[in-house]
Amino acid sequence: MTPHLPLLIPLVLLVAALLAPLVGIVRYTWVYRLALVAVAVDAGVALWGLAEVVDGGTMTYRLAGWQPPIGIEFVLDPLSAFFSAVIATVALIVMVGARAMVVEELPRKEVPFFTTVLLMLAGFQGIVLTGDLFNLFVFLEIAALAGYALVAVGERASPLAAFRYLLVGATGASLYLLGLWFIYNLTGSLNMRDVAAILPGSWDNPALAIGLSLMIVGIGVKMALFPLHGWLPDAYTQAPSATTALMAPIGTKVGAYVLIRLLVFVFGGPLVTDELPVADVVMWLSAIGIIYGSILAIAQRELKRMLAYSSVAQVGYIGLGIGLANPVALIGAVLHVVNHAVMKGALFLVAGTMRARLGHSDIGRIDAAVTRKLPWTMAAFTVAALSMIGIPPTAGFFSKWYLTSGAVDRGLWIMVVVIMVSSLLNAVYFFRVLERGYLRHDDDESLDAVVRDEAPPAMLAPTIVLAVGILALGVFNAVLVNGVLDLIPPAGW
Amino acid sequence: MAEFWDGGYAYYATALLLVIGLYAILVKRNLVKKLIGLNIVQAAIILMWVASATRPDATVPVLDTHGEQGKQVVDATDYLNPLPHTLMLTAIVVGVATTGVAFALLISIYRRYGTLDEAELLEQMRGEPQ
Repeated sequence: MTPHLPLLIPLVLLVAALLAPLVGIVRYTWVYRLALVAVAVDAGVALWGLAEVVDGGTMTYRLAGWQPPIGIEFVLDPLSAFFSAVIATVALIVMVGARAMVVEELPRKEVPFFTTVLLMLAGFQGIVLTGDLFNLFVFLEIAALAGYALVAVGERASPLAAFRYLLVGATGASLYLLGLWFIYNLTGSLNMRDVAAILPGSWDNPALAIGLSLMIVGIGVKMALFPLHGWLPDAYTQAPSATTALMAPIGTKVGAYVLIRLLVFVFGGPLVTDELPVADVVMWLSAIGIIYGSILAIAQRELKRMLAYSSVAQVGYIGLGIGLANPVALIGAVLHVVNHAVMKGALFLVAGTMRARLGHSDIGRIDAAVTRKLPWTMAAFTVAALSMIGIPPTAGFFSKWYLTSGAVDRGLWIMVVVIMVSSLLNAVYFFRVLERGYLRHDDDESLDAVVRDEAPPAMLAPTIVLAVGILALGVFNAVLVNGVLDLIPPAGW
Repeated sequence: MAEFWDGGYAYYATALLLVIGLYAILVKRNLVKKLIGLNIVQAAIILMWVASATRPDATVPVLDTHGEQGKQVVDATDYLNPLPHTLMLTAIVVGVATTGVAFALLISIYRRYGTLDEAELLEQMRGEPQ
């Protein structure tokens, strides 16, 4: 069983996605159970894989027994094992709460919705585990196509938001394919490790610079790296709450994974830092994105839209950690991936709960009565908000700590300033909501008259689990960093 | 100048196609035309891959053991590179699936707004609450 782990992680979800419509014919309520069981099994397999990798090192799987440079290879190394564990675990927690939101917003659409969700998750796991650059493109498109469909079933304007996302996303994927053409013609190989071994001989070839730039732009679109983030706010706002709660925590992170894989592992240290300063470009764009996203988040009047702009800023932190190009900053970036996945999952679940319980998520209409109605939900929101700002002992503080240490190691004090300023901006837009939620009360109606009307347990439980997870990730971050993340940065980065 | 053009016609043509496609995506106001632009971009990149697989005087990569007796030793330079073709077969499938999803979205947009013109859509959306 163990040698098959790298393949099993995406395969479980893919098989479940194919079975789901058939099960739906028999009884449509079973589809959600099938999806939940599939994601739970997948989370178990992914965590098992992570444990195996931490103990025994990298595992590879050769599809159909072909040797690596010719055949497609699936690789479970510390980076991919960590990402697949994060994807499966966060997806499982959100899936528990997703049903209530789907029933609320998309009645009788459970079968297609959860089938597409399984397909998207299978695509994410495939992206993370494949060791082949072209196979990565295929999984990227599987995940993206499922994502477009999931966005398009939301509010009235959602098909337009999805179409724009499709236009940008498909163009990005095409540019990745064009970049890959240059790399393939330069090296004659598509296997990541093979390409990484061949490339150092052709550093002075201009085709390498063109190919690398095109691939980074293509991935930047998927990751929503500033200034390629245009699709994200509309897509996240218009999409159904269940989609946003599933896509926002893990969708852009998969793009971040590909960026780490390409820059750190395929093209490698000296090439992207000294020969062609791609890492510096990524770093500066991320820094601008952090400030820009935070400022625009302040200007928003709707909670989901505010969180979407905040995602642009948070992706910037991850890009910053990659661009700083030292091991500490890379650990900070990967730690921020899991922290942000948990925080954004909790926040978007809260936004979904508000839409289900109050019928809106306008910041201007949140006041103490809301907190009275949804005390636990607002408590979870508060924990996640404090973590986004970066107040210890929440998880957000520690990833910012590693990022700041990385910036200090490089002697780039301006990046320290960027992280500090953006934390202040985060404080502005989250305290605005918290101040309304806990202190302000506009109506004449007495607060005592407000009846407690908490979300159903299936929605509340994942929100609380994620909020507790934020604190646990903060308190026990040293375990995670020493046990897993320290294995990720390769020698020479 | 002549040697710049020599041997690269296919690439210059596909590069031109790529630019035409990107122009349509960026500038055209009708969403269907934008989608056509996306298809042109995809076609250009597929042609780019396929064009790079050719080799002068090479044949299809099928191993023929019934040929001349002296030709038993396989010489790789006699054959086209088959890998880009197989890869692009997959890329075409991806492109078709993307177009299918895009058409479904366009139908849905048209049913809701009665137009596919970007400026008119934005005009209509401005009147709606967020």
